[in-house]
Amino acid sequence: MVSDTLTVMWKERKALFRVRGRRAQALLTLFSPALLAVYFPLQEGAEWVESPLSLLLAFVAPLILVGLAIPDSFAGEKERHTLPTLLASRLPDRAILFGKIIACVAAGWGVTLGLLTLSLAIVNLVHWEGHVLLYTPAILLGDLSISLLVAMLTAAAGVLFSMRAATAHEAQQTLMAVLLIPLLILQFGSLFILRSESGRSRMSEALRTVSLEQVLLAIVAVLLVLDAVLLAAAAMRFRRARLIAD
Amino acid sequence: MTETAMRIQDLTRDFGTVQALDGLSLEVPSGIIFGFLGPNGAGKTTTINLLLGLLEPTAGWAEVLGFDTHTQADEVRTRTGALLEHSGIYEQLTAEDNLEFYGRVWRMAAIERQGRIKELLTHMGLWERRRERAGNWSKGMQQKLALARALLHRPELLLLDEPTAGLDVPSAAAVRDDLEALAAREGVTVFLTTHNMAEAERLCSQVAVIREGRLVAVGHPDELRARAGGPRVEIIGRGFNDDVLTLLRGRPEVVGAGLENEHLAIDLREGADTAPLVGLMVGAGVRVEEVRRGKASLEEVFLTLMEEGR
Repeated sequence: MVSDTLTVMWKERKALFRVRGRRAQALLTLFSPALLAVYFPLQEGAEWVESPLSLLLAFVAPLILVGLAIPDSFAGEKERHTLPTLLASRLPDRAILFGKIIACVAAGWGVTLGLLTLSLAIVNLVHWEGHVLLYTPAILLGDLSISLLVAMLTAAAGVLFSMRAATAHEAQQTLMAVLLIPLLILQFGSLFILRSESGRSRMSEALRTVSLEQVLLAIVAVLLVLDAVLLAAAAMRFRRARLIAD
Repeated sequence: MTETAMRIQDLTRDFGTVQALDGLSLEVPSGIIFGFLGPNGAGKTTTINLLLGLLEPTAGWAEVLGFDTHTQADEVRTRTGALLEHSGIYEQLTAEDNLEFYGRVWRMAAIERQGRIKELLTHMGLWERRRERAGNWSKGMQQKLALARALLHRPELLLLDEPTAGLDVPSAAAVRDDLEALAAREGVTVFLTTHNMAEAERLCSQVAVIREGRLVAVGHPDELRARAGGPRVEIIGRGFNDDVLTLLRGRPEVVGAGLENEHLAIDLREGADTAPLVGLMVGAGVRVEEVRRGKASLEEVFLTLMEEGR
């Protein structure tokens, strides 16, 4: 199983973002996380490494990157008619599923870590304070764990949407819409609460009672549960008979 | 190796209200090229998917190389090479990487893998272009690459869905030669679907014809041709008209007569003599240029079988 998973990862690494016409799309998609990794560190300086601001990058970058790669890997394989031949081989269903997921998550998470490192370098170069600025331990752990869990969440959801979609493009659009809706609701909800004086005071009261570490832990716990549920659902649904019959 | 490569018994597969395969029963001996013929939508691809264990049957069972396709599908797939409806080539990868990937899938050792890739690509005339992206290749070259991929791990059984579709005449001929050699020299069983009746007639030791998911005929192409009727004569010339056809159809040795592509085709009873018929036609004003005797082609048998179902 491990060697089969590695074989699938080998192929995915070679094929990722190499579809004709999609490279430009990939670069365009990389533009917004890259902008986040440059603009905010330039503006905020030390705040970038000491406040939870970088968590925004840890959320958005893997979501966009894996959200682009996973549909291409699953629905794209169906669209390009290479899936039946792959399924006609001796590879187990799980090796195909996890080989593809791990390759996409590794790529998305790897680029996110690269962007976090880039933003740290920008802060140190532009806002030099006589000593090297580093992320605080809580922020660093939050960035690492949340970006990984968001990458896995996007991947698992991407598999489920890809199985229903006819094309990679359709799967990408549905996935992005579904994953961005909760973030938008959260954002608009916060804005609505913060609009009134009573809302602001209630919010600051609530934030005083909990530490950053507690908030991060809660986010990680929620993501872990979502990841486990979606990965289990993807593993249950990703079966040859279902894929061919669909 | 078992003497029978495949045993299929009452194999049925429904897709909702559509019955793609309806009680198919068949035996395919080892080491032969077996042709599986049928019009579009007859159930050929569904059969291949069932034989590979990619679909579960609604009823019935199939045994491939001694393994149950439902419960031991992994064993079947491990010993089988497949070229399905689409070539399945990764267009974003090079030709070499396509084979490298499947070599790893079949767990071939690195040295064996590299040697086999070189052997197959050289044989197919693709070695010099191995580092090009397969997506930049013609359909024919991709089809050859797909065939190389199916042969990579030296399978005991090849399932080929129209292997020469899209190939130019020399490439198709080369593929046919390769398939013949595989079956004859290496004892590989080849189960192929094709719309090319001349190809089936030339390659296959046995053919099965299916229509609307049901088996309608099986046997050696000669048996099928003989079963379809007695001798036939084809006359090339000018002056065929309804009076001549009526005259011929009235003769006791003539089973049927009709115009096909401006030739006159006459189906005869066994032992019938052609000369009196030619004399009759000349007397009726037909200018006879050529007379050919033979049996119905496999294509004609196929068309007759399809017609019977309507």
